[in-house]
Amino acid sequence: MERRDFLTLEKKTAPPGQDFSQLYRTQSGITPYTGSWTVNEVRHLLKRTMFGSTKSDIDYFLSLNTNDAIDTLLEIINHPIFSPPSLPVNNYDSIVTDPNCPLGSPWPGTPDTNIVNVNTYPQRRKSMKAWWVSQMLNQPRSIREKMVLFYSNHFVIEFDVLNVSTYIYKYNELIRSSALGNFKTLTRAISVNSAMLKYLNGDKNTNVAPNENFGRELQELFTIGKDASGMPYYSEDDVQAAARVLTGWRNDLVGGVSSANGFNSYFEPTRHDTTDKLFSSYYSNTTIIGQSGANGALELDDLMNMIFLKDEVSLFLCRKLYRFFVYYDIDAATEANVIVPLAQIMKANNYEIVPVLSALFKSEHFFDVLNQGCIIKNPIDFSVGLAREFNVVFPDASNLVGQYAAWDKIRSIAGNTLMDVGDPPNVAGWQAYYQEPSYHEMWINSDSLPKRNQFTDKMGNNGYTSYGATIIIDVVAFTESLTNPSDPVALIDEALSILYSIDVSANVKNYLLNILLSGQATNSYWTSAWTDYTSDPTNTSYLAIVNSRLQSFYRYMMDLSEYQLS
Amino acid sequence: MKRRDFFKHTLPYVTLPALINGFSFRAFAGSPFMQSLSSSVLTDHVLVLIQLNGGNDGLNTLIPLDQYSNLAAARSNILIPDTQVLPLTGTLVTGLHPSMTGMQQLFNDGKMNIIQSVGYPSPNYSHFRATDIWLTGSDSNQVLSSGWTGRYLNYEYPNFPAGYPNATMPDPLAIQIGSTVSLALQGPGASMGMAISDPTSFYNLINGIQDPAPNTPAGKELTYIRTVAQQSTAYASVISTAAANITQQFSGYPIAGTNSLADQLKIVARLIAGGLKTKVYMVNLSGFDNHSAQVDSADHTQGTHADLLTKLSTAVKAFMDDLNFLTIEDRVVGLTFSEFGRRIKSNASDGTDHGAAAPMFVFGKAVESGILGMNPTIPSLATVNDNIPMQYDFRSVYASILQDWLCVPTADLNSVMLQNFQVLPIIQSSACLGIGVHELNQAAGENLINNYPNPFIESTYINFKSTGGHTTVQIFDNEGSLIKTPVDGEYPAGEYKVWFENENFPSGTYYARLQNGSVQQVHNMLIVK
Repeated sequence: MERRDFLTLEKKTAPPGQDFSQLYRTQSGITPYTGSWTVNEVRHLLKRTMFGSTKSDIDYFLSLNTNDAIDTLLEIINHPIFSPPSLPVNNYDSIVTDPNCPLGSPWPGTPDTNIVNVNTYPQRRKSMKAWWVSQMLNQPRSIREKMVLFYSNHFVIEFDVLNVSTYIYKYNELIRSSALGNFKTLTRAISVNSAMLKYLNGDKNTNVAPNENFGRELQELFTIGKDASGMPYYSEDDVQAAARVLTGWRNDLVGGVSSANGFNSYFEPTRHDTTDKLFSSYYSNTTIIGQSGANGALELDDLMNMIFLKDEVSLFLCRKLYRFFVYYDIDAATEANVIVPLAQIMKANNYEIVPVLSALFKSEHFFDVLNQGCIIKNPIDFSVGLAREFNVVFPDASNLVGQYAAWDKIRSIAGNTLMDVGDPPNVAGWQAYYQEPSYHEMWINSDSLPKRNQFTDKMGNNGYTSYGATIIIDVVAFTESLTNPSDPVALIDEALSILYSIDVSANVKNYLLNILLSGQATNSYWTSAWTDYTSDPTNTSYLAIVNSRLQSFYRYMMDLSEYQLS
Repeated sequence: MKRRDFFKHTLPYVTLPALINGFSFRAFAGSPFMQSLSSSVLTDHVLVLIQLNGGNDGLNTLIPLDQYSNLAAARSNILIPDTQVLPLTGTLVTGLHPSMTGMQQLFNDGKMNIIQSVGYPSPNYSHFRATDIWLTGSDSNQVLSSGWTGRYLNYEYPNFPAGYPNATMPDPLAIQIGSTVSLALQGPGASMGMAISDPTSFYNLINGIQDPAPNTPAGKELTYIRTVAQQSTAYASVISTAAANITQQFSGYPIAGTNSLADQLKIVARLIAGGLKTKVYMVNLSGFDNHSAQVDSADHTQGTHADLLTKLSTAVKAFMDDLNFLTIEDRVVGLTFSEFGRRIKSNASDGTDHGAAAPMFVFGKAVESGILGMNPTIPSLATVNDNIPMQYDFRSVYASILQDWLCVPTADLNSVMLQNFQVLPIIQSSACLGIGVHELNQAAGENLINNYPNPFIESTYINFKSTGGHTTVQIFDNEGSLIKTPVDGEYPAGEYKVWFENENFPSGTYYARLQNGSVQQVHNMLIVK
């Protein structure tokens, strides 16, 4: 924060009573940030762009400068060319025997089975979600997995209703491989992606029976959006015209078994509406000339070109990115100083995403102290972030079933607290990213918050066990990874610097100290307890002394409301 | 999803967030209707544990007058003058520190039992380890991850935390006043207690300490989360209701803020009298680790230790007077413990170093008054290594309390204490007569009645379990009016299912109540349109 901002902040601080209507926001924009590069800034950047800020990641990024750190997260440097991770496998053999895929083998590309007593799709869907969570848990030092989550909330499908496992895998693979690519290219690919065709009825959209579902959402939810008053820019005629452009795309799947086209969609000229499509004045009365035969498929490119000419597209996506990565409230200053310039960058770069993210994350605005600690962690960020920050050890592939079960536990914690990855509540995505005025606050209610607390309590106590494997916070191992754990004051400061995004007072730190000291007044009692343990780590009594105090200590930290913020 | 569905689902999602993933018992637990159904037995016994952190010097607390010359030789720089030791009725050889007039009176009134030289074999002199031994009830060389009280509560309420709070036990099983939940309250699987510091203020109730939120976006979100945290603490409303039930307490407590133990015990008395069925309360007083300047060198009856004993004695006396004032004296027994006593021989800094056995005080109207055990023998030339040997194992005290106050059958004591410890005559033998809620507690939290689907529009199945005999299922609306009795008759033990039709009832919450003998349970159902 600039000094003058700080002075303004002082002046504008509300008296006690907490009226946030005059909330202090910032005027800062996308001018590159040149301020200090400390744990504070690194942690802020990592918590927003990855799932949690681990001690080793913080140390790594501290060794880079601001620019290189962000270029690394955007995979501009320090990363090999992206290649898709190994495939999800059959982990469900003990529940359903899959005639097309044995235990431990990848199921994408093999047909689902749905006959009496053998319904493989629900198991594969669960496998898919657990595998996806494992990509987050094991993410490289990159924003990619956060972008996968972002796009899964932008180009929404619901795994729940699709019933073709390879479709959901290929959809997920598409947004992962395109996560740092071109938004326009991705939009085109999504438009004819098998999962999306099925989800929004594009596969039923024909010249004799047009289906407007995708043609509408393409404009309303994926590209153009609505104006500030909630009215569409485009007309109903535009919806119908877009639907007619998209007629003829099909999924090649009969009875759950695909034929010549594998699990890919394809274009069927006989189902395509070959007449000209006239658009409204919003689109400058554009006409997309009807084409016949295989050329009918090319009308999709014309449609993309027409839509992506509009300024609304880049503004719409930049606002969504902003709400996902920075804060949900876009006031007039933010719109003018951040959203509009970012949208210009996006358009100038022909919808490449990396230049936009680069400008955003390198900006004064992003690092502004007023934009730190103000995101309520979404449920998957909360559960995956906890596992990553505490270096929770997951079973290895030798216990495949236990491994997937442990990943699924992390998924289900998020699922039970309103965010089941792969299954947003509807085509608009999770309400927390669009529902005014609450936005992110919708993650926290009287049901979800106690569940979050129960999760942290259990992870900081005896953990979750299934199929012979336990996931638990090893509080002693985590503490050992800190710089100076024998000094309780240093321990508290460093643990807070990793786990919290918001400063706490000396009072709170004293309270935490009191936990480590079991109510005693002498810091050296902790030091000697810790030294006893480290000098004889196999002594169960020494271990129990530090373990029980550290468990209380970390559970308390995770119970405070501050821990919900990122 | 269809576009129309999207709009249909959006609004209820916003307005009824708690219903998205099924029902939250939290709103349910707080409803007055639920409380009216609860089988309230307020004759239940309560145990109050007072932890004296730091290691209390037993020899300057309970003074062995028949050992006085040897004691004087061992600790002349901190010795309490024998003329100022407070006498106790029935003994000429044992007395209390001059600061402890309140506890002297309790003893002389027959409301206190003193147990001499309590400890355990092979004592440990580390604060942390010794504290853990006392809290878990372990052997000196044994590491237990559960607390003795936690194991008791797990024995008494085996289903906790699943299905809690419920009608049988709507309140926290155990409450720790002040800080985080003690290891003593750790059960085999879950923590059995909750920590609160001020029952009238919810911020403090859930969080010991809370920073003010800054006027920034982060501060706005923090405030929002804290508000929800307040509202969703499972036991928030029962605790504040209990606190609010009591508007007047005994006037003789020390001024608030001057005696932290008295402040804590005052809250305990208020919550017990206010109707909480909580079984165990934990409070503490810190500062007993007096390695130096334990006494004023000019006047040994004054100083750090004297101040602490004044607080202890005054607080316990005021608490007992308050229990009497609130007419709940019959329901409460308390005890004091500390991780160790201190060395016989004082050190050169007018203090004492970590030691071994020390006396425990058990107070309450139901205790057998008197002193158990003999004065410790003080050697004529005590060295720095001399310690007071144990006469009683602290786990014998726990076992006695469990059997004779918390009414655990003798045959079940081992399941809590994990070994067989001799029971001592600390509690009057009549204390456990007429107390019989154990069976109810065993069943509490078990899911005896539920329905599927839920929420429902037109109809639902109600599933229930009967242990045999007369079984009733009634349906109430949210105002408590009986609208239907689908089940009422003799049933053999087993699981049953009845069909329940929505006969055009308004949308909203309904309660299905099962009664089977003394066991009853309420389950909530939601009718949606």
